[in-house]
Amino acid sequence: MTAPFFKFGMFGDNIGLVIAFAIGIGFGFFLERAGFGSARKLAAQFYFKDLAVFKVMFTAIVTAMLGVYYLSVLGFMDLSLIYLTPTFLAPQLVGGLIFGVGFVVGGYCPGTACVAAATGRLDALVFALGVFAGIFAFGEIYPIVSTFNDSTSLGQLTIPTAAHLPYGLIVFAVVLMALGGFYGAEWMEKHMAARKAGA
Amino acid sequence: MTTKPAQPYWNPYLAGVGLGLVLLTSFVVMGRGLGASGAFASVLTTGLHAVVPGHVANTAPFAEYLGNGTTSPLKDWLVFEILGVIVGGFIFGSLAHRISKTVEKGPNITTARRFGFAFLGGALMGVGAKFARGCTSGQALTGGALLNAGSWAFMIMVFVGAYAFAYLMRRQWQ
Repeated sequence: MTAPFFKFGMFGDNIGLVIAFAIGIGFGFFLERAGFGSARKLAAQFYFKDLAVFKVMFTAIVTAMLGVYYLSVLGFMDLSLIYLTPTFLAPQLVGGLIFGVGFVVGGYCPGTACVAAATGRLDALVFALGVFAGIFAFGEIYPIVSTFNDSTSLGQLTIPTAAHLPYGLIVFAVVLMALGGFYGAEWMEKHMAARKAGA
Repeated sequence: MTTKPAQPYWNPYLAGVGLGLVLLTSFVVMGRGLGASGAFASVLTTGLHAVVPGHVANTAPFAEYLGNGTTSPLKDWLVFEILGVIVGGFIFGSLAHRISKTVEKGPNITTARRFGFAFLGGALMGVGAKFARGCTSGQALTGGALLNAGSWAFMIMVFVGAYAFAYLMRRQWQ
């Protein structure tokens, strides 16, 4: 086992921040090239016209998931040392719903808004101010919502653990699901384009 | 700002593989994934701490970003990562001739209304990301690739929420 490098003490916190900046540049590059600096392109996902959000997201998830899986099977990376955000099921379901409504209302998410603002999109700057306001509002209402926010705590939980199924089987299922989703997305885009041409 | 036409966007599957490899690099090198909303929280906490330090210390969702108080909340992994996203977005947006001071909206809505919706959408996402412990980067992408149960629950609900309100919002985009 040699990875994750940082966890094996190959460098310290300050080098970690330099790496964070470099990884961010890579992240920004691919978000920009995917077209995610445009709210119209992002929002088109929710009108079935351009399903790039779905395609990019799930290709990225599958790529990283397969990489993590094979590197850990080969003994190169210790999967248990990768930080896993704990599951709080109810607040995460409700948070996801609020976040999703915010996506189609605002047209960005926090990361894509940074790329959009950096390329001159004024609505992305206003959106970013909104994100600050939302995080501030959460802090102010925290005494009221803290009980709910801490409810249904399940700790660090993966789908294979929750379902009592082998990790590799879930990886395989996600790949199949993604391939089915890509096939459906291509069909849907063609169908919507044909409908528009016919109308 | 530039007269050359913008380069076309990449094939989404190619961009997705690239994004996935950046995420994988983060796992291999750092032992953690990507994020965005956490950087917003760090910046907000820093600003609030300068104005109302007592209030920040007494409000748990802000105080957690202060750490032990010996270093600035801005000296944080996600803050540096997001700085990279902004710099990378600007550099590679310039190279693709895509920098333009404009507002993203459909033809049937005024700029003022678009700004209103952008602010409201951002605020909803800020609240949603706090309840969810992350956003599209930290939960959907990172947790998705790690098969994190809570992340997949979050991701499914994001699509449910967005599609449920898409019809109401159609005049903003179409």
